[in-house]
Amino acid sequence: MAEFNININGVVSKVDADPDTPILWVLRDHLDLVGTKYGCGIAQCGACTVHLNGSAIRSCSVAISAVGDQAITTIEGISKSTSTLENIVKEAWLTHDVAQCGYCQSGQIMNATALLKTNSNPSDEEIDRAMTGNICRCGTYTRIKTAIKTAAAQLT
Amino acid sequence: MTLVKTKYNRRSFLKVSAASSGGMMLGFSWLASCNPTQEQALSMPESWFDINAFIKIGENGLVTIFSPNPEIGQNIKTSMPMVVAEELDVAWKDVIVEQAALDTHKYERQIAGGSQSIRRGWQGLRMAGATARHMLMEAAAKEWKVTVSSLSTNEGVIKHDESNRTISYGEMAATASTLEVPEKIELKDPKDFKIIGQPTKNVDGEKIISGAPLFGLDFKREGMKISMIEHSPAFGMKLKGFNEEVIKSMPGISDVLVINTAPKEAAWSNVNAFTEVIAIVGNTTWQVMKAKKALIVEWEWDSPAENSQDHEFKLEQSLQSGVKELARKDGNPEQTFKNASQVIEKIFSAPFLAHNTMEPMNFFAEVSKEKAELIGPIQTPEAMGKSISNLLDIPIENVTVMLTRMGGGFGRRLYGNFGLEAATISYNTGKPIKLIYTREDDMTQGVYRPAYKVKYRAALDEKNELIGFSIHGTGIHESPVYENRFPAGAVPNYLAEKMSIDSNISTGAWRAPRSNFIAGAEQSFLDEVAEAAGKDPIDFRLELFDRAIKNPIGSDNDYDPERYAGVLKLVRDKSNWGIKTEGVYRGVSAYFCHNTYVAQVLDMVLVNGKHKIKKVWCAIDCGIVINPEGAINQAEGGIIDGIGHAMYSNLTFDKGSPIQKNFDTYSMIRHHQAPSEIEVFFVDNGIDPTGLGEPTLPPISGALANAIYQASGQRLYKQPFIQQDIKLG
Repeated sequence: MAEFNININGVVSKVDADPDTPILWVLRDHLDLVGTKYGCGIAQCGACTVHLNGSAIRSCSVAISAVGDQAITTIEGISKSTSTLENIVKEAWLTHDVAQCGYCQSGQIMNATALLKTNSNPSDEEIDRAMTGNICRCGTYTRIKTAIKTAAAQLT
Repeated sequence: MTLVKTKYNRRSFLKVSAASSGGMMLGFSWLASCNPTQEQALSMPESWFDINAFIKIGENGLVTIFSPNPEIGQNIKTSMPMVVAEELDVAWKDVIVEQAALDTHKYERQIAGGSQSIRRGWQGLRMAGATARHMLMEAAAKEWKVTVSSLSTNEGVIKHDESNRTISYGEMAATASTLEVPEKIELKDPKDFKIIGQPTKNVDGEKIISGAPLFGLDFKREGMKISMIEHSPAFGMKLKGFNEEVIKSMPGISDVLVINTAPKEAAWSNVNAFTEVIAIVGNTTWQVMKAKKALIVEWEWDSPAENSQDHEFKLEQSLQSGVKELARKDGNPEQTFKNASQVIEKIFSAPFLAHNTMEPMNFFAEVSKEKAELIGPIQTPEAMGKSISNLLDIPIENVTVMLTRMGGGFGRRLYGNFGLEAATISYNTGKPIKLIYTREDDMTQGVYRPAYKVKYRAALDEKNELIGFSIHGTGIHESPVYENRFPAGAVPNYLAEKMSIDSNISTGAWRAPRSNFIAGAEQSFLDEVAEAAGKDPIDFRLELFDRAIKNPIGSDNDYDPERYAGVLKLVRDKSNWGIKTEGVYRGVSAYFCHNTYVAQVLDMVLVNGKHKIKKVWCAIDCGIVINPEGAINQAEGGIIDGIGHAMYSNLTFDKGSPIQKNFDTYSMIRHHQAPSEIEVFFVDNGIDPTGLGEPTLPPISGALANAIYQASGQRLYKQPFIQQDIKLG
């Protein structure tokens, strides 16, 4: 066990964990931030997507010891965010009633938000490329794409 | 209005009335588990009054409606309460929805399965709302000393027209909760529906996008430990020994034990190939995962190892010479095939599939010698509770099951072995635990969609009329054949035969069981037969439906040919079938299952030499559509899920062990492979509603195969299609 000071959603928390503990389990088990989901554990499904310094990463495959003082944002952070982009994305998800079971959606939203931060007007192909790592077994892909386009239209 | 006796559904009525014994005020502890909007939360009532098992009303008019059935993404947590609210006649904005726990005294059939929640719940949900409305009116009638029939309601307000007096449901709730449930009740005329038929957002939508703890895996309780299991790596193996002492000494690990959950009584929901497993209990998920990885286990064979080549061979053998069960025979099919001017014969097959709910199996259990508390994702809470009661010898009345939102079900959570395991681990360790499966545990645990193989034959006469049809189907543990489905009833000479083979690999229901394979096979075959007959595929099917309408063969046909033809005509018209567009390749398919009719047209284009699905047109007859927003979402999901599994997914075996263990090797459809557009149309006929969780999935693989044929000239007989070098997107 080791002690880490970890910056999550703008708050620095002390965490006592094994250095190889993935961020995913630090969030879920140590910090009670369970919006970030476990899906595969090998960075193949995207359910655990969070932002590290603003970029989408798979939190199941990055150890806490690799984080240092870099800022992590989770779905809970996006949820409380007052910034325009995050709120537009959330509204788009609600407008299109995207979710079915809803389990993968926090990962989808985290990835979509990261995409729109770097490309506020993505083409269909760019959306496909950016989102292809996020699986939805319920098959909400067309709605997710529509929501991303709705959000983009409001950003540009 | 329709007057119905509430005894029409006596059992559910009695349950409703038994729970309405009156006037009990409830506390506020439920707030955490329900869904008030910010406005609602600010105006929470001081008291709640139980009207019946589905409804409680606050003195300020806010209404809580309990959704009885498990929510797996089929959106019944929104649509079931909509039905109650409709008959209760309240504004949807004044409704808070709460997930009901398992309660066999209050509710019937708390199951998510067979797309039956809405169909089977419809009458009871309406009566719950209508009886409550009547009791509120009766309370007002008493107060004002007028007759109930002189009163009307509108959005939670009771009105006496003659005196122009009004009073709210909230003000009448206390009195209403003490009244007897009426013996007869009026239900609304569907033309007066105000909530049913309105596109309504998912009641959990805001919580889902904010990452709120909704799912079983998110549940946490003070003092709770994390647990994982290790089952044998191959079907046919059992545990011999393992490095127990090493694992016990690992950081954070409190208990290591072997559990056996072999059920004492057989039940269909107790499918489990691995009843004896190692269980590890510890403080954090990562510590338990590390301990699991450090396991060195000795396994031994107790039944023969199987592999996919053997399955292929055995299915082929079973189809050609296995023990046949004659399921249906009309006319003289043998003679018809001999005399036919043309016979078309094709064999279709599909592999095992894993369910792969995005939320892996998990359950919370706090169990003592006397009682068991279970919380988590389960499609069959009643069956799971009974099995736990039997296994651990705990009286059933001391077993509680609380339902969480589920990260997908698709049939996997009909089989509650993970709940039995969680309960047994807690029972043996004396600790509250949450059992978590890794993705690998989940994918290699079994209860798969069976592998299937089916042979179709069609006989055409010299005028290209379909005069004979036969279907022979086999599969692992079960045949995929539904002998009384179309085209049975439309062909004078018809034969259906079933075979199956045994296996130590466990199988079970997977979204639209059997239909998920047989629909696509049948609809691909009919496409080929239509072509051989020189007919347009839609005209060909409509001719057959016309026969079944005018001169049905046999009496057991399980479909209504007029409704079947209706969806096909609707999709034909909406998609402008028959008008050819350069570079667009179209396939059509239609199927009836789970009481709902679906027809689909799939448009495919070639982009840089690769096939891309441009659009799917989908016509549905599910009777009254309760929530068009959710219904369209379900239809889209079924289509994408169906395309994905027919195209990409495949679970194969080597030496009894699943080769695909995670998403790096098991292919699921991805964003770029989904259709660019899906348009859904509903038949508006006012018939009582049927379900939508499954019916749009089965036919789409037929439309896909038929469109690929148009684009490539290649007929597809074997799933996954991707193995035939067909690439999408």
